[in-house]
Amino acid sequence: MRIPPRFSQRLAIAFLGGATLVTLVILVAIIVFILEKGLLVLGWEFLFSSPKDMGRAGGIFPTLIGTVLLPLLAIIIATPLGVSTSVYLTEYTRESKTTRVIRFGTDCLAGIPSIIFGLFGFIFFVTTLGMGWSIMSGGLTLAFMILPTIIRTTEEAIRAVPKSYREVSFSLGATRWQTTKRVVLPNALPGILTGVMLGIGRSIGETAAVIFTAGSSLRIPESVFDSTRTMAVHFYILAREGISTENAYGTAAVLIIAVLAVNLLAYWLMNRFIARRS
Amino acid sequence: MALIGEKGVQRILLVTAFSAMSALLLIALFIVNEGVPFMFRYGIQGFLLSSDWDPSSGTFGIFPMIMASLWVTVGALLVGAPLGIAGAVFLSEFAPRPVMRVVKPAIELLAAIPSVVYGFIGVMVLAPLIREVFGGPGLSVLAASIILGIMILPTVISISIDSILAVPQSYREGSLALGATVWQTVHMVTVRAAKSGIIASVILGLGRAIGETMAVIMVAGNAVKIPDSPLDSVRTLTANIALEMSYATGMHREALFATGVVLFVVIIILNTVASVAMRKRAAKK
Repeated sequence: MRIPPRFSQRLAIAFLGGATLVTLVILVAIIVFILEKGLLVLGWEFLFSSPKDMGRAGGIFPTLIGTVLLPLLAIIIATPLGVSTSVYLTEYTRESKTTRVIRFGTDCLAGIPSIIFGLFGFIFFVTTLGMGWSIMSGGLTLAFMILPTIIRTTEEAIRAVPKSYREVSFSLGATRWQTTKRVVLPNALPGILTGVMLGIGRSIGETAAVIFTAGSSLRIPESVFDSTRTMAVHFYILAREGISTENAYGTAAVLIIAVLAVNLLAYWLMNRFIARRS
Repeated sequence: MALIGEKGVQRILLVTAFSAMSALLLIALFIVNEGVPFMFRYGIQGFLLSSDWDPSSGTFGIFPMIMASLWVTVGALLVGAPLGIAGAVFLSEFAPRPVMRVVKPAIELLAAIPSVVYGFIGVMVLAPLIREVFGGPGLSVLAASIILGIMILPTVISISIDSILAVPQSYREGSLALGATVWQTVHMVTVRAAKSGIIASVILGLGRAIGETMAVIMVAGNAVKIPDSPLDSVRTLTANIALEMSYATGMHREALFATGVVLFVVIIILNTVASVAMRKRAAKK
């Protein structure tokens, strides 16, 4: 039996459109579901008081501190490394075997599951280097994890800076480094910040790599060598050990709002960057 | 910088440029160093192909976990790949451009939702539903497959759209000029030309599904046994590591690192295949 092409086209569009709709509905439903239940719990009291009875009651204040400090540390370490990698790849070399090796390494690192980062961070930072379960171990592990994100985004941002900018700078007698520092990097800044925001977003939501490196202490940390518990880890423990479903929803809502806000900011920066380019 | 000079800057940049590669090697070194000696001492065959996992009596066979990871990953692909590719084709070829420009970043944004949140949804919504409709414990291969399938959607959709949009417009015009309908053009010309990129998107999704830990721990049930139905509770390789790592010592801990080695090798192979597929696409352009 031969189906007329016009009819099969209509069928295909209906099917593909349906699949797209299903995808969108699922994804939106997840966010709405969490926010709907979580916002009931949310309030200043919940955000700024300490958990009581392992999190059965009280708020999530100490986990907020962990959630700010760990990504911050990761970014401080990973950004200089990532940016200088991209500067090297774009400004200081041509495509060669070396760049291919660097790119392959970056791609592979991006694909490593977070539990492997957790294992590595545990054996390297926590045990071998003797940092124990601490903000330091967790931050360093996360820095390894987000390095590829920063490299890729920065590289794209630097490539988007028009060639003529560099030519003008060179023609004025500037060296390569002066051109990079004064012309290329300032122009690529919004794009670089996008990468930084994406890295922060990923760090905030990370659980597997953090739980084995930063631990899960609920005390307010006094130094970077103290253990801490991030929001994501706290949420995982609340949900998995059935401590408090209500507080789990509340924590999940804060987590989602934080991650979406950071990522939206990243997209906004990226769009501004693209708009300025064209 | 005048102190260091141009050559110095270049040298520093070259060194830092290898940071990601060094990180990768350092990770490989430490995981291998901790896991591989154990594998040889215990016997690779016994480790990979035996079904006895009983750390308290010193037996470490991860075959059930390998099978569990396989089931769950294939399940995730069955859910995520068709839905994702269909979405990508629709958004890139049929939806109005402005719609695509809004929907694509929105979908990519969902890749940022922490995996624990997906797992939690699985526990609260999906598992009870499966228990009611199909019976069984609810926390199962099926639940894990659906949750992982949803989690890989952003990866599959985003990369597939990029590769479909990279197909030159002249291909489409040529086909339409020959009298083909838009749909005929899409499935006979465009999708075929974008094939390697679409395959790469699925492989990267696969890598994400195999490596996912927290969501799977929450929804798969974690029983150490070889599944024989999608409704069975299973424990994946990743779950095995994360569940026991917090209290494992000695041989037991080494066995968990050895599990990590298996995972690491699988992921590196998948990434290599994906990057070859991507390069093929780039070369064709």
